[in-house]
Amino acid sequence: MLAARLSRTLKAARGARRISTTPARRSDALFVHRDTTYNNPKIAFEFSPDNLKRAEEIIARYPPQYKKAAVIPLLDLGQRQNKGWTSISVMNYVAKLLGMPPMRVYEVATFYTMFNREPIGEHFVQVCTTTPCMLRGAYDILDTVCKDLGGIKPGETTKDGKFTVIEVECQGACSNAPMLVVGDDFYEDLTPETTKKVLDAFKKGEKPKPGPQSGRHTSENSAGLTALTSEPYGPGAFCTPEFS
Amino acid sequence: MFRASSSTSHIARPFRAKLRRSFATVQDTPVRRYGGLKDQDRIFTNAYCRHDHGIKGALSRGDWHKTKDILLKGDSWIIQTIKDSGLRGRGGAGFPSGLKWSFMNKPNWEKDPRPRYLVVNADEGEPGTCKDREILRGDPHKLVEGCLVAGRAMNASAAYIYIRGEFYQEASHVQQAINEAYKQGLIGKNACGSGYDFDVYLHRGAGAYICGEETALIESLEGKQGKPRLKPPFPADVGLFGCPTTVANVETVAVAPTICRRGAPWFAGFGRARNQGTKLFCISGHVNNPCVVEEEMSIPLKDLIEKHCGGVIGGWDNLLGIIPGGSSVPVLPIKQCGEVLMDYDSLKDAQSGLGTGAVIVMNKSTDIVAAIARFAHFYKHESCGQCTPCREGTTWMMNMMDRFVEGRGHQREIDMLLELTKQIEGRTICALGDAAAWPIQGLMRHFRPEVEKRIAAFRAANGPVLFGGRLKTETDPTLALPDNLGANLPEVAPPSAQ
Repeated sequence: MLAARLSRTLKAARGARRISTTPARRSDALFVHRDTTYNNPKIAFEFSPDNLKRAEEIIARYPPQYKKAAVIPLLDLGQRQNKGWTSISVMNYVAKLLGMPPMRVYEVATFYTMFNREPIGEHFVQVCTTTPCMLRGAYDILDTVCKDLGGIKPGETTKDGKFTVIEVECQGACSNAPMLVVGDDFYEDLTPETTKKVLDAFKKGEKPKPGPQSGRHTSENSAGLTALTSEPYGPGAFCTPEFS
Repeated sequence: MFRASSSTSHIARPFRAKLRRSFATVQDTPVRRYGGLKDQDRIFTNAYCRHDHGIKGALSRGDWHKTKDILLKGDSWIIQTIKDSGLRGRGGAGFPSGLKWSFMNKPNWEKDPRPRYLVVNADEGEPGTCKDREILRGDPHKLVEGCLVAGRAMNASAAYIYIRGEFYQEASHVQQAINEAYKQGLIGKNACGSGYDFDVYLHRGAGAYICGEETALIESLEGKQGKPRLKPPFPADVGLFGCPTTVANVETVAVAPTICRRGAPWFAGFGRARNQGTKLFCISGHVNNPCVVEEEMSIPLKDLIEKHCGGVIGGWDNLLGIIPGGSSVPVLPIKQCGEVLMDYDSLKDAQSGLGTGAVIVMNKSTDIVAAIARFAHFYKHESCGQCTPCREGTTWMMNMMDRFVEGRGHQREIDMLLELTKQIEGRTICALGDAAAWPIQGLMRHFRPEVEKRIAAFRAANGPVLFGGRLKTETDPTLALPDNLGANLPEVAPPSAQ
């Protein structure tokens, strides 16, 4: 009876107004782990011999009693070996390697944005849309990328699993705005046309030259140098007498 | 003073003017124009990566030249030189560097058995800032040498360079420089043959703006979430791995060897008093040729843009506003843009800040409300979630700013938003809360009429809006609405219209 009354009152309430309009998802990425067929602790993961050697080199940079300082570099190494994403097995393996509780590793992996906890495509396209890029038309670039890759939305992967597109915050190349990152490489000074060119090259399996796509070298004035026009001065030049 | 007034008598002046001058009057100082730095005075000679960034190129550009002599001069000499040069931290806060480094050498520091660390903050994430990137990829040896010199000044045993994870190419250049320096015996055991042992390590981050805060950076380096620590204890007492630590910006550290070699007076000769030196400025946004350039401190903002960036797109009169120091400082309107000098004090007087020297130019084609709303999104994304005012406040500010972009709000909500920013500012562990609040305060200080205009236009088109963005037409007329939702409030006329 109670249930019947409750459902009636609920129905009446729904007629008058909605109970809640708050969206359930509050953060950018899900913070909890749910076992899936592709991501569960039973999938084995181990560093390759090469990476194990690298990992030992990294651990040696920190005091022996603070091995856990290496967790971020090691997770990065694991992510690179695991096709660009950090699965629960990678996290567990790193925890075992560094002798720290797995929870401490999960904390780190969920805090930093560069750890992808879901599989990504072969080419990870990250378009910067923070204000300095936005002023130079970053949203046009983002639209171009999404349209060019078959109408996907930021955060999605193309059907063939080749490209994943996301919107990221400032990447620190503001004088070369707008820019996007594919994998580790920065492609700067973009226009919708050059963006398409970069993506087309990746589609063909080539790797376009990173850096500014407008023909300028790095971050100098594109209309001609206004600084550092002369050859750099040599050792001891202009120094005080004791150092010249 | 006496000398100054006596020398006035040599200048031919009308008699009356001479009489009016008392001993308290100072002679008119000649107007000094700042800017126009010559190439020979630029420290980062490979900022544009046009030359070799490896050891060979670095040696030919004068890096590692007589570094041993600098080290042998001892810690107090280096610190005194840095103090005399007037170098202030280039990471944003502008704290005098020599003073900061001297905190490491407290009396009886030798008796402390703990190792001591220098941590270089290369986690450059402030929107608009891209200066350290040019140092890291063009002049990495300047940084490694700077670590050694700054490390010697504070008697550190090792340096960690914390570089943001996105800078992959830059990290590989720095790693190459470190490897080359080890190979040549420039760092490591008996660095440069001076008998001083010093190690330099590279640590790559993984994408978190908050790790640019010094204690968050230390936490992150220890392999934890980058959540700032409460101070005190200050890092100089208890820092990285519980040891004395100093965190310094890349540019601050990288200029140290050149200052030592060329002398403090040379560096102090640039810029106004208390704002001396040269500085890398990075200009982005609506300029014809955005660039990164090393210039003299105190260069007028207008000169910087006209000289090095080909001016504002559409001419200076097409300018709307400039953010002079990266996303966390308030925006300046055109009138002030023409007057301010690019240094700590002048921009502070203009109620803004030099920050990292990242100039974001916006011309009249900019939707300024959307631009600042985008910053609100940035801070919402980057808040670490440790302090409630910042974690909740950044989301609230973002939601309100998003509504103001289309004008969906009530005039009174502008003041509510300002009150909200005041509630966040100064109530958090680190400065991210302040940094999130200031751009909005700057927007309302200078561009409030624009926001008011949008709200009025939206109300005219869609009818009254409740606090929180709901339209009055969307409410159920059969239900009583509490008065504090603002549905029945008469529209407040914007103060600018009164």
